Amino acid sequence: MTGKPKLYYFDGRGKMESIRWLLAAAGIEFEEEFLETREQYEKLLQDGALLFQQVPMVEINGMKMVQTRAILSYIAAKYNLYGKDLKERALIDMYVEGTTDLMGMIMQLPFQPPEAQEKNLALIIERAATRYFPVYEKVLKDHGQEFLVGSRFSWADVHLFEAILMAEECKPDILSSFPQLQAFKGRISNIPTVKKFLQPGSQRKPPADDKLIAKVKKIFNI
Amino acid sequence: MTGKPKLTYFNGRGRMESIRWLLAAAGVEFEEEFLETRAQYQKLIKDGALLFEQVPLVEIDGMKLVQTRAILNYLAAKYKLYGKDLKERAQIDMYVEGTTDLMGMIITFDFTPPKQRNLALIIERATTRYFPVYEKALKQHGQEFLVGSQFSWADVQLLEAILMVEEREPTVLSKFPLLQAFKARMSNIPTIKKFLQPGSPRKPRPDDQYVATVMEVLKKD
Repeated sequence: MTGKPKLYYFDGRGKMESIRWLLAAAGIEFEEEFLETREQYEKLLQDGALLFQQVPMVEINGMKMVQTRAILSYIAAKYNLYGKDLKERALIDMYVEGTTDLMGMIMQLPFQPPEAQEKNLALIIERAATRYFPVYEKVLKDHGQEFLVGSRFSWADVHLFEAILMAEECKPDILSSFPQLQAFKGRISNIPTVKKFLQPGSQRKPPADDKLIAKVKKIFNI
Repeated sequence: MTGKPKLTYFNGRGRMESIRWLLAAAGVEFEEEFLETRAQYQKLIKDGALLFEQVPLVEIDGMKLVQTRAILNYLAAKYKLYGKDLKERAQIDMYVEGTTDLMGMIITFDFTPPKQRNLALIIERATTRYFPVYEKALKQHGQEFLVGSQFSWADVQLLEAILMVEEREPTVLSKFPLLQAFKARMSNIPTIKKFLQPGSPRKPRPDDQYVATVMEVLKKD
């Protein structure tokens, strides 16, 4: 046992990627166990390791944590990325819920029927450009500070950065009308822990390919 | 301005109901504004009141809070229903995420075309994935409340989930004696007892009229 958090998931982004981002941004090293087969998943179930029979699961500080938001909230609080008081936490929570909704749409895309994908991709791009990015652009513009909340690096910044990169994979020039977000992206990329995570060889995962989709469907009987 | 939190939502349960439950359990009085028309909704958006163009919206302590979980987290912490430390909070968060997923299935159910609805799946999930977890938690520590021997958000939300599932399948707790006892204990907490009485802000089960109003206001057809 190394004392490092241990992540249980398949070898891909999915719901675990935001957790990888947050740990990496906090400078926390972690181990990973990848689900490759249904048998592995069933063994975890039999061992009682998955509270609601689901992954992500993260072993951390003697707990087997499940439920993505619970895990992220715990990590954010533990590593001081959750604001200084209740009101800042409320702002961070709101902002993170927005980026969660946007990234959730992108995550589901490969699992949708091919006929629906084009339409849904267009919807994602529209939502990013009209519902989500304008909010963060305005927040940064209104207070003029480097970070979204409380003049301090927080979970909200990590999550927004992750969402921007995912959205750019859908449409490379998606930030063209958002100068504040472009500058924000530049700044966050240069934070040493983030910079390290962006480099090849880090534990960051690539976008899902057909092989991964097929594996996930098989493991979870989708 | 009364200083009471003000809730803006449809006149029905949806995603606001868990917020009503938590405020009521904490003994906090609140006001409500009901969305009846698309014009009302568009005005809220135009006024910049909805951060992501969505409700629920709760005005509290000078903030216009949106996003159900952000609102619930804030209320739980403010009214001391979020455990005593980080680990208890983690426990509460996990339990709440489970009941949120279960109740989410029921919320979605009412907005699913009748031919595609699957009540059997909801009941199966309730009785094989969710309720066994809470039954086991109560059995293992033998205490009155789910986390830390203290009333918390996790207890409120579990009671809400139990009642929601029972509305669809009255015998659903038949194999869960500890949950039956839990339900009785929680129902007797004065603030909750009050919320369970007729005339409280608790909303009834969605009917066709409610579903139609929501679809019209949000223009989802």
